[in-house]
Amino acid sequence: MNNDQKTKMRVQPPKERVKNFDEVALGYTKEEAMKEASRCLHCVNPRCVKGCPVNIMIPDFIKAIKEEDIEKAYEIITKSSSLPAVCGRVCPQEKQCEKMCIKGFKSDAISIGSLERYVADEAMKNNYGSVKPTKKKKEKIAVIGSGPAGLSCAGELAKEGYNVTIYEVLHKAGGVLTYGIPEFRLPKSIVEKEVNSLKDLGVEIKTDVPIGNAITIDELKKEYDAIFLGTGAGLPKFMNIKGEDANGVFSANEILTRINLMSAYKSDGKTPIKKGKVAYIIGGGNVAMDAVRSLRRLGVETHLMYRRSEEELPARKEEVEHAKEEGIEFNLLTNPVEILTDKDNNVIGMEVVDMELGELGEDGRRSVSEKKGSNHKVTCDMVVMALGTSPNHEALKESNIKLSDRGLIVVEESKTSINNVYAGGDIVTGAATVILAMEAGKKAAKEIINNL
Amino acid sequence: MYKVLKNEKLNENSFEMVVEAPLVVKKAMPGQFVIVMAKPDSERIPLTIYDYDKEKGLLHLIYQVVGASTLELSKVKKEMFGVVGPLGNPNEICENIDKFKSKKVVYVAGGVGVAPVYPQVKYLKEHGIKVDVIYGARSKDLFLIQDKIETVANNIYYATDDGSFGTKGFVTTVLEEHIKDYDICVAIGPVIMMKNVCDLTQKYNLKTIVSMNPIMVDGSGMCGACRCEVDGKTKFACIHGPEFDGHKINFDIALNRMNIYKEEEQVKLKEMEANYE
Repeated sequence: MNNDQKTKMRVQPPKERVKNFDEVALGYTKEEAMKEASRCLHCVNPRCVKGCPVNIMIPDFIKAIKEEDIEKAYEIITKSSSLPAVCGRVCPQEKQCEKMCIKGFKSDAISIGSLERYVADEAMKNNYGSVKPTKKKKEKIAVIGSGPAGLSCAGELAKEGYNVTIYEVLHKAGGVLTYGIPEFRLPKSIVEKEVNSLKDLGVEIKTDVPIGNAITIDELKKEYDAIFLGTGAGLPKFMNIKGEDANGVFSANEILTRINLMSAYKSDGKTPIKKGKVAYIIGGGNVAMDAVRSLRRLGVETHLMYRRSEEELPARKEEVEHAKEEGIEFNLLTNPVEILTDKDNNVIGMEVVDMELGELGEDGRRSVSEKKGSNHKVTCDMVVMALGTSPNHEALKESNIKLSDRGLIVVEESKTSINNVYAGGDIVTGAATVILAMEAGKKAAKEIINNL
Repeated sequence: MYKVLKNEKLNENSFEMVVEAPLVVKKAMPGQFVIVMAKPDSERIPLTIYDYDKEKGLLHLIYQVVGASTLELSKVKKEMFGVVGPLGNPNEICENIDKFKSKKVVYVAGGVGVAPVYPQVKYLKEHGIKVDVIYGARSKDLFLIQDKIETVANNIYYATDDGSFGTKGFVTTVLEEHIKDYDICVAIGPVIMMKNVCDLTQKYNLKTIVSMNPIMVDGSGMCGACRCEVDGKTKFACIHGPEFDGHKINFDIALNRMNIYKEEEQVKLKEMEANYE
């Protein structure tokens, strides 16, 4: 056995998986998990822990795997993370814990994410760690939004015995885990289990409630001792180029919401989805990757168009690899200039331009500019914009909460400008990752507890 | 689940539904909308609020059966899976009564558009603003809630395409006749009607508010399906609307966007019809 190489997780073969929405990565067997765990060096100063946004004691849980004590491994992880089965699947480990892994300098880093997933899945199978709060407390806390930030905040508070009510505007809880991330990357049954485990802790979840419209923050304040706002990333951005209003141009959020929340990919799904012949997805983040791979599974010829190069793709590395295996064509260093339409305003193609990279900018990313005279046309009948989001203030109506120039909620130690109102996740940072939102929710829970 | 007290046919393809939704109606204002789901796996259907009883917590909706999901909704008995609201913003006049107190207001309702018009006219009457209503339909049999709208309207004018009731012609025929009497117009109905009304009122420089009803999925400012071009900018009907200055709306785009899922909806309708046969 070559100790330098990581134990690869088995996946559904690309040719098969492009025809279904079942999970791509199949998880470790016990033997595979043991083999991978055995590669860990258990550093005295574990750099991986520092790389983890929630500082999971990674060497300790890996040691417990080696000792075949999965329950203990699960306990160690859940001390720091509320959604291990989710994070094991969707965290960009190559930019976090695994990036810091000392083994990664000369060979493959330990597959920490895969091991985390293994532990979480085993725990779900065996009902490990269903913590019950020791003592019920009298304080009531309202959590607005049931995405990763809200779920982790609610979980932390409920474990301490507080009375928590989550308000969700959609008909299902989970936020982006439910409407955004596709089944093939994060099975909805996993999200449901996470949500149910919160319910077991006594968390009440009220769906179909548009905070801001049905109940204002001020009104909530009268009923609750503290409020946490985790309302998420908000509205999809568009490019503001000619032809963007054409039929056949969609936001990735719309495509993903139809497919995930509304099950439009199922043959008996009641919500329709548009299946073009050729689709270009514009963007390079996880949302772009999810949209392009979802459409590929619906039989659409799919291209991913990104203005920078492969190195700068913000998406999780594994998703990029999987997308390539699935036959998605990457059109890098290219950007749309105009969307071309027929007389009925249907998309028939795009005028695009080649891009070139420049110097490293202040944001740590290389600048990018158009190559003069490189304009050319591509043919397609569908364009999907995955360009990020801008905040939506629906829940904040009538509140006068302090916002930044970018429209994000301003916080200090999770506290907003309104007394007893806390916030975290994408509505504070702008669109980021599941783990960062989760961390923000958890941090806010600690602040809430300290200040109650 | 939400208790459904009534779900009855008003005419050929229009239904009235009364559903128990106290949290929705508690703060509901005319102009706002809700999203309903017949069953857990149903499509989310946006409907503008027709009437509400705040004391009893009852929400009244009128909808037309035009596709699979509204067909499914029409089959609902006793209870349904989802009602979320109020969503969007209240009507500008209703929300700013004092500002409009001395203004002469005319409402133009087309077909089922009378449903969202009714609560506005009622609210304005209750707050001391008399409102005239011009109500058009293809023919006499298609008018809805006539008795209700007549009790709240100051003057009411009817128009039918075939001349079977009121003025023969379109709502614009009647509106043009009286247009000089008004300071502000609210037009709600089919997009083509709202476009025609706006073309007319623009000539007379009469401010006109319209209520857009584009394709929508979540209705809470997340998916971006409901985008409209307003004053050359992208706006989202669910959180920036649903009402907009009609003279700033790009109606051609709005009309076109309604066709996006036409083929897919036909397939779904056939499947749904087969379910109920």
